Amino acid sequence: MLAMPGPYSANAFTLAPASPQAAAISRLFVGTLIFLGLILVLVTFLVIYAIIRYRDRPGVPEARQNFGSRKLETIWTVLPILSLIVLTALTASTMRTGDPATAVDDPDLRIVAHQWWWEIHYPKSGVIASNEIHIPVGRSLSVELRSADVIHDFWAPQLARKIDIVPGHPNYLRLEADHPGTYLGVCSEFCGTEHAWMRFQVIAQPPDRFAEWLRAQEAAPPAPTSPEAIQGAQIFADRTCANCHAVASTVATGTIGPDLTHIASRRMLAAGALENTPANLVMWLHNPEEFKPGSHMPNLHLSKSDLNALVAYLETLK
Amino acid sequence: MKQAAVPEALEGESFALEAREGWLSWVASVDHKQLGILYLLGAFFFFIVGGVLALLMRVQLAVPDNRFVTPEIYNQLFTMHGTTMVFLVLVPLLVGFATYMVPLMIGARDMAFPRLNALSFWVQIMGGVMLYFSFATGAINGGAPDMGWFSYAPLSEKAFSFTPGVDYWVVSLLAIGVGTLGAAINIIATVICLRAPGMSIRRLPLFVWMTFITAWMMVLVMPILNAALLMLLIDRQLNAHFFRPDTGGSALLWQHVFWAFGHPEVYIMILPAFGIISEVVPVFSGKPIYGYDFVAASTLAIAFLSLAVWAHHMFAVGLGHTFDMFFAICSMAIAVPTGVKIFNWTATMYQGRLRLTTSMLFALGFLVMFTIGGLSGVAFAVVPIDWQVTDSYFVVAHIHFVLFGGTVFALFSGVYYWFPKISGRMLSERWGKWHFWLTLVGFNLTFMIQHVLGMLGMPRRVFTYPALPGWEAMNMLSTIGAFLLAFSVLIFIINLAISLHAGETAGDNPWDAWTLEWATTSPPPMENFAHGVPPVQGRRPLWDLAHPNRTDAILMKLAR
Repeated sequence: MLAMPGPYSANAFTLAPASPQAAAISRLFVGTLIFLGLILVLVTFLVIYAIIRYRDRPGVPEARQNFGSRKLETIWTVLPILSLIVLTALTASTMRTGDPATAVDDPDLRIVAHQWWWEIHYPKSGVIASNEIHIPVGRSLSVELRSADVIHDFWAPQLARKIDIVPGHPNYLRLEADHPGTYLGVCSEFCGTEHAWMRFQVIAQPPDRFAEWLRAQEAAPPAPTSPEAIQGAQIFADRTCANCHAVASTVATGTIGPDLTHIASRRMLAAGALENTPANLVMWLHNPEEFKPGSHMPNLHLSKSDLNALVAYLETLK
Repeated sequence: MKQAAVPEALEGESFALEAREGWLSWVASVDHKQLGILYLLGAFFFFIVGGVLALLMRVQLAVPDNRFVTPEIYNQLFTMHGTTMVFLVLVPLLVGFATYMVPLMIGARDMAFPRLNALSFWVQIMGGVMLYFSFATGAINGGAPDMGWFSYAPLSEKAFSFTPGVDYWVVSLLAIGVGTLGAAINIIATVICLRAPGMSIRRLPLFVWMTFITAWMMVLVMPILNAALLMLLIDRQLNAHFFRPDTGGSALLWQHVFWAFGHPEVYIMILPAFGIISEVVPVFSGKPIYGYDFVAASTLAIAFLSLAVWAHHMFAVGLGHTFDMFFAICSMAIAVPTGVKIFNWTATMYQGRLRLTTSMLFALGFLVMFTIGGLSGVAFAVVPIDWQVTDSYFVVAHIHFVLFGGTVFALFSGVYYWFPKISGRMLSERWGKWHFWLTLVGFNLTFMIQHVLGMLGMPRRVFTYPALPGWEAMNMLSTIGAFLLAFSVLIFIINLAISLHAGETAGDNPWDAWTLEWATTSPPPMENFAHGVPPVQGRRPLWDLAHPNRTDAILMKLAR
């Protein structure tokens, strides 16, 4: 039996904005859809009316051989131009409110996209998280986005515009949430085998709760105490885990895979492929290929007891 | 005078052609009608193949967390689906119609360069065979290309796609590009040099005019694609650095070059479709096209603007607001000439007498479906909307409303319209109406709902997805729609098969149409017009012939 993520209470609906930027975009989106919808209704009506009125049947006169009308041509050239000028003006103003970001030297957040996970740096405190972005409610954070390999795209529909993450071309974003909650995000530029499981969550918390979280993340995890966990820590150091993963104040300093210093505090595993429970962690380590085929996480072929010990250790990394 | 050049050019060929029988008469043919049919059949074959790939994708996406195919296979499926439909289906179908119809419609005996015509076709087909051969390398080499039909660097570079799939893709597209270029040059030369006496440029049937403009666009942009492909190949095979940011290249350069080709390519796929609609709607309305000059001129406007909109594929890239704004304005501007066309087609129907044949039904379906695709295109020109739903299922819906609801509907319209001329028999209207309605329902069920999926945050090109609220049901509906659509194609194939053997005999001009292809027998004889080309004194030569007292020239004078 597969352990699948969910149920999902959070969503990623573009028209349910939770930040001033996303709200501006959403308003323009709705307005444009209504405007375009009216044009569609008009064209559809004209076509259907013509079908009903001029359909060939007894009594319908012979077609009138007319060739066009300059007046009508002018009308349906000029009217669209005028309405598009209005739409262009609205576009320009919404671009400013919807994407106020400028390049910064000292971003509040630095997001590094990897094939197929997210590395989240808080440069001002040195905290490194992955696939889970905590932000304080009501504060606009400056974000720098960089890619470690191919082009990715950061998309949290309820919070901000989407923006590509291009190697050799750093991009910037303002990230902000109006109220506490979990907002879903995903990589939105095809980036290879596991593009589908390159999801993330933005967790907006009241400032005091956020500060608490940040403090907890800054602290090194306690040394394992139970014999099983101690054995697990040994396995982590001895087997190849430590080559790719880092755990603060241990010998593990790898930077290929996600930093695991506080893995037990995270909600999801493998960038959204699994919910983070001890049972799922065992299954994941037993055979990553089953849950995220193509991911760079190797199958270490651990014995059952080694697996349990390793998970016991990882679960201490709160 | 211009006609005189043709028989000389063909004299040598004709003897050789008549000597051949059976399949050799097809393989060795340089006759534009045989080559046109080969184009259409080849492209239809790939349409089925590309459609099967799409069905496999929809099966995989029917339910969340599905394990029907692996991500590696899924990525190959959508890469091959996109590449196939663009390069091996839509463009060849339109080129096929052009190859068959343009000489007939302008009263010529063949294309200007019959041998080039054959070369273009066979090079293009061999490109397709090479592309699909990559599947056969699967067991050893990782199979078909899997980096997406847009092949974004650096994902398409050796470091991230080390199997030869990308190389197969590059080389086969180079071949296809050369073939398309040959076809384009041939169309241009044919239209310029081989028009019947009296057929001035301003009297060209609109299908010919739009094909002519499209051919110019191909000449302008196919070399851009081929240059990009070569650069990628040099990167991959000779270790160069064009698109490799880690060694000083630029990932964005690929996007600029690819879309400088890629967006005009979209118009290459839609302008000839506009041409088909511009033939079908007037004939079945019993009226000349409304605003010929405007429909013709708007084609030029679209072709010109289409060269300056490529970066609307790159609004999410982060190139700055000023840059985005330029391309947003150009992209919005292109809606104006497109709207002019829609309104003129609609106006053509007014005060007409509409014959709702299957061909006309597909044209009417086109009018509304393409309008939806065009309008969602305007939504994407509104940059902040693009910032939300680009690369989501909203785009998948948009492109399919343009390329299926637009181009494919127009192509079906063209098939029902011209099949009698090509085969000498009518397609069954009864099967045809089933085909149309199933297509309309299946198409909308598949793609309409994907607009909503995109707005709900579902990214495109994912092999699976979590069961977020609403995603499950909508994906299932979309999959059901896809199978309905596949079923409608089956009906079409049955119709083709039955009608080809037992269809009503068509006669020269079953639709009372007015362009020159209807002045000859169905199918037309070798070199097209056994009894000479009728005089061309206006845009509707056969109307003029049938109504000597009310020729277009007289009617236009009266209308003023």
